[in-house]
Amino acid sequence: MNSFEYVRPATIAEAVAAGAAPGAAFLAGGTNLLDLLKGDLMRPTRLVDVTRLAELGRIERLPGGGVRIGALVRNADLAHDQPFASDFPAVAEALLSGASAQVRNAATVGGNLLQRTRCVWFYDVASACNRRAPGTGCDARGGEGRGDAVLGWSEACIATHPSDFCVPLVALDAVVEIAGPAGRREVPLDLFHRLPGDAPERDSVLAPGELVVAVRLPPEAAAFAAHARYLKLRERTSFAFAVVSAAAALRMEAGGIVAARIALGGVAAKPWRARAAEDVLAGARPDGTVFRRAAEAALADARPSGPDATRIELARRIVARALALAAAGTPARVPALPASPFAPIPGAAAHV
Amino acid sequence: MSLSISLTVNGAARAVTLDDPRVTLLDLLRERLDLTGTKKGCDRGQCGACTVLLDGRRINACLTLALACDDADVVTIEGLADGDVLHPVQAAFLAHDALQCGFCTPGQIMSAVGLVAEGQAGDDPERVREGMSGNLCRCGAYDGITAAVLDAQRRIAEQGKARAA
Ligand SMILES: Cc1cc2nc3c(=O)[nH]c(=O)nc-3n(C[C@H](O)[C@H](O)[C@H](O)COP(=O)(O)OP(=O)(O)OC[C@H]3O[C@@H](n4cnc5c(N)ncnc54)[C@H](O)[C@@H]3O)c2cc1C
Ligand code: SF4
Ligand code: FES
Ligand code: FES
Repeated sequence: MNSFEYVRPATIAEAVAAGAAPGAAFLAGGTNLLDLLKGDLMRPTRLVDVTRLAELGRIERLPGGGVRIGALVRNADLAHDQPFASDFPAVAEALLSGASAQVRNAATVGGNLLQRTRCVWFYDVASACNRRAPGTGCDARGGEGRGDAVLGWSEACIATHPSDFCVPLVALDAVVEIAGPAGRREVPLDLFHRLPGDAPERDSVLAPGELVVAVRLPPEAAAFAAHARYLKLRERTSFAFAVVSAAAALRMEAGGIVAARIALGGVAAKPWRARAAEDVLAGARPDGTVFRRAAEAALADARPSGPDATRIELARRIVARALALAAAGTPARVPALPASPFAPIPGAAAHV
Repeated sequence: MSLSISLTVNGAARAVTLDDPRVTLLDLLRERLDLTGTKKGCDRGQCGACTVLLDGRRINACLTLALACDDADVVTIEGLADGDVLHPVQAAFLAHDALQCGFCTPGQIMSAVGLVAEGQAGDDPERVREGMSGNLCRCGAYDGITAAVLDAQRRIAEQGKARAA
């Protein structure tokens, strides 16, 4: 691990100034950054500890029904905030399906957005990786392809964004509030993470010194509370990153779908909003056929970045299943195994 | 900024001057404060062996920068028992044979103490297993661990009721 200077600013302005210096990185919960430092994958020369900025630690209800979540709110505290979880149940379920209780107790909202990819070659300093070391190449190409993107990838990088939390957030039109050297700005979460293009080393649109201060969900997002789920396929039941995942939220009236929100995780370098799939569902009656059509629309542009296209079909099935579970209704409480694809769909045959 | 911090460890105030900013809370406990009960398994947040309570919440000490713990309250496995009287979670681990080699046990016990305090699992074994999934056990003592956590939780609730009465 590279050594660094450690600073602990007391105000947002001080944090932004300290973070704008070359080589600086913000430290929040540290659950991703410390891991990256230990692997020598990031070598900041200054850590700007933002955990004492108390004003970033609040969950505020906004007039009209939206919510503003401070960047330092811990993942566990947000998931277990009862008013929040009942208005945005898919977000709570996604949070509780991520990492472990210990990690969730430390991990923050801002850090979760800015966690880096879990591409195994990114994690191995001996491998070529354009995202970690620009211009060196990409050893993931031609690999076994288990974690590769199927949407929005480029020749330079085929990595995926690992966050669960971001998937329902992007489905529900979350907005990121940013403070920076040039003042404040807001970016829709859908435009916050960058697709790799020819500059995969830049994960997000943040400029040096720019600090995420909050994430906002608009009032309309709560209208989906009765039919909102997150579903996550993993290589083991718990404490694993998503192979593919989906958030599905429906607004239903008189047994029909009025509006739908769908996003996918584990398929691209950003949480992937599937608007074409939402259009298929608006005005439809909820049934397996229309869910499958929506799933096909969601993956219509998908193409494998390696020899294995299995994940495209896995993603379709996770979208269709998440829709079926959402249509059946949000459970009163996040299930014992959050986001589990093994949970039966109420009313459906156990075997098909 | 100086590398001096003050924190409370197992109820005692400690002032520490670090020789290096890179020290984690885990290395501070084990190598500077001689509290070797907290174990280092993976050093990457993946196994839970390093679980301690930080301001009352279970976290991975290996992913926590010591400097960030200025003013914090830390409880480790060494701080659980009351003299010779074991903490109910410790007693339940013994009663249920919830260990074999014991390497994961301090982390399992601290995690269980955190889980009981969080109050989210209730008496549902599935929720207990899910809530303990951040603690791996290479010996596979999971059945005993789940039973011990459920039992300890029951005893702690009864103690609480007895005290309130
Ligand atoms: C073993 C393990 C398993 C995990 N499993 C999952 C999983 O299944 N699903 C999942 O979604 N996640 C998972 N995670 C990742 C976890 O969610 C992230 O590590 C965590 O959310 C990061 O938050 P943090 O506050 O600890 O960030 P830090 O580690 O402090 O920071 C992460 C990055 O964000 C930057 N940053 C932090 N805050 C801000 C801010 N306010 N503004 C600008 N930049 C900022 C930092 O500079 C750094 O680059 C796992 C992590 C571990 C260790
Ligand atoms: S896919 Fe991206 S992150 Fe992975 S090795 Fe290639 S360039 Fe690096
Ligand atoms: S040593 Fe900290 S989680 Fe493994
Ligand atoms: S008792 Fe040996 S690792 Fe758990």
